[in-house]
Amino acid sequence: MISFNTIAGLLVVLIGAGAIFLFALFDRKKSPRALRPIAAFQGLRRAIGLAVEDGKRLHVSIGNANILSPNSASALVGLSTLNRIAQLSMISDRPPIATSGEGSLAILSQDTLRGAYRSGNALEQYDPMRARLAGTTPMSYIAGTIPIVHDESVSANVLVGSFGSEVALLTDAIDQKNAFSLAASDSLTAQAALYATANETLIGEELFAIPAYLQAGPYYTSSLHAQDVLRWIVIAAILVGSALKLVGIV
Amino acid sequence: MKAPIATAIAIATGLIVLVGYFIPLPVLQNIRAILLGWGVTLAGVAALIGIINLVITHWRRVTAPRNRDLYSALLILSFLVTIAAGLALGPADAQFQHVVTSIQVPLETSLMAILAVSLAYASLRLFQKRKGLVAVVFVISALLFLLVTSGFLASGSDNPIMASVLTAVNQLPVAGARGILLGIALGSLATGLRILMGTDRPYSG
Repeated sequence: MISFNTIAGLLVVLIGAGAIFLFALFDRKKSPRALRPIAAFQGLRRAIGLAVEDGKRLHVSIGNANILSPNSASALVGLSTLNRIAQLSMISDRPPIATSGEGSLAILSQDTLRGAYRSGNALEQYDPMRARLAGTTPMSYIAGTIPIVHDESVSANVLVGSFGSEVALLTDAIDQKNAFSLAASDSLTAQAALYATANETLIGEELFAIPAYLQAGPYYTSSLHAQDVLRWIVIAAILVGSALKLVGIV
Repeated sequence: MKAPIATAIAIATGLIVLVGYFIPLPVLQNIRAILLGWGVTLAGVAALIGIINLVITHWRRVTAPRNRDLYSALLILSFLVTIAAGLALGPADAQFQHVVTSIQVPLETSLMAILAVSLAYASLRLFQKRKGLVAVVFVISALLFLLVTSGFLASGSDNPIMASVLTAVNQLPVAGARGILLGIALGSLATGLRILMGTDRPYSG
């Protein structure tokens, strides 16, 4: 017997997949719809440009989510961001560096960098040691990442993934070096800590918009529009549920 | 399409696991369990490779011609001692566990103490970084919930009006958190769907 929850979940998945596909098809035929301006992304693009011009390094930290856990989606966004940043900074003298706090993410970040350099016909620039496992526990990950911020001529840091409140130690170290930081996490405690300590912070689902705002591809933009559709469906479901509860039907 | 075989395997695996979650067919459930078991094994191997990567990175810093890092030497030494003791005594050995936690727990506690100071200092400097209404609301809500959760107002909970106010105030962060988590859930769903559709590939193949 399939429960109501299962049917509802399946419907949301099917609507989401259909919406991504339809928006991608629509955007391919017509010009893609504009995204609302977010100051954090303007700051990030400027920081990437300055880092490339000044011969400084970009650092992407993709958190310590286990790839098999439900919060791995934020790490996957971190990998897409790393891929795009590697493409954007390919002409730089200093290639970007990636840190992670989980073994599978370290391997995936190495693979992402290799893929980015291969697609840019610059495979000779690829160094697997530029994608590192900084530590295997939340605190050791942060402790292992701080020296990279201090010692490797990093001028811009993008922290995208699953972190705890301890990420504030990293953003504090970045602040002491007068470097730029853009941070986004799926954790509520990390979002609160980052709001107080990072230069630019993304709240809630803005995390998932990073690749689209870095123009990583049309499917990233169409999935943002699909999220909007799903959000309206959830809002309608909450309102209908509340109304039904109010009149005593459920 | 780049790396069609890797993409086809990833999409097929993802679809089987997803369909197995929604449709309780015994065949699908069995295949799903096998695939998830493989995933757990691969994640374990990946952790081992990651640790080797960590040691190699620090070995390079120790043997670098310039700016040699002594802390990296300390890390490698600690790693070798820990792995040797773990292999000799076994990771579940009580004495081994006692020694490891006696080092790790005070270190992490010290870092948490530094974190508390860092966050307190950051909150004092918040208005230098952030300007506008959201920053004001952030500070007011932080102060309000520090007051509420400190237990300072608990004595007033006997008063029905005060109790109602406290209940309403305590519900506010729950509502906000649910809103943010719903947005993150939808974003996670869209990310998963992109990977299932083969348009987002966190692997080069």
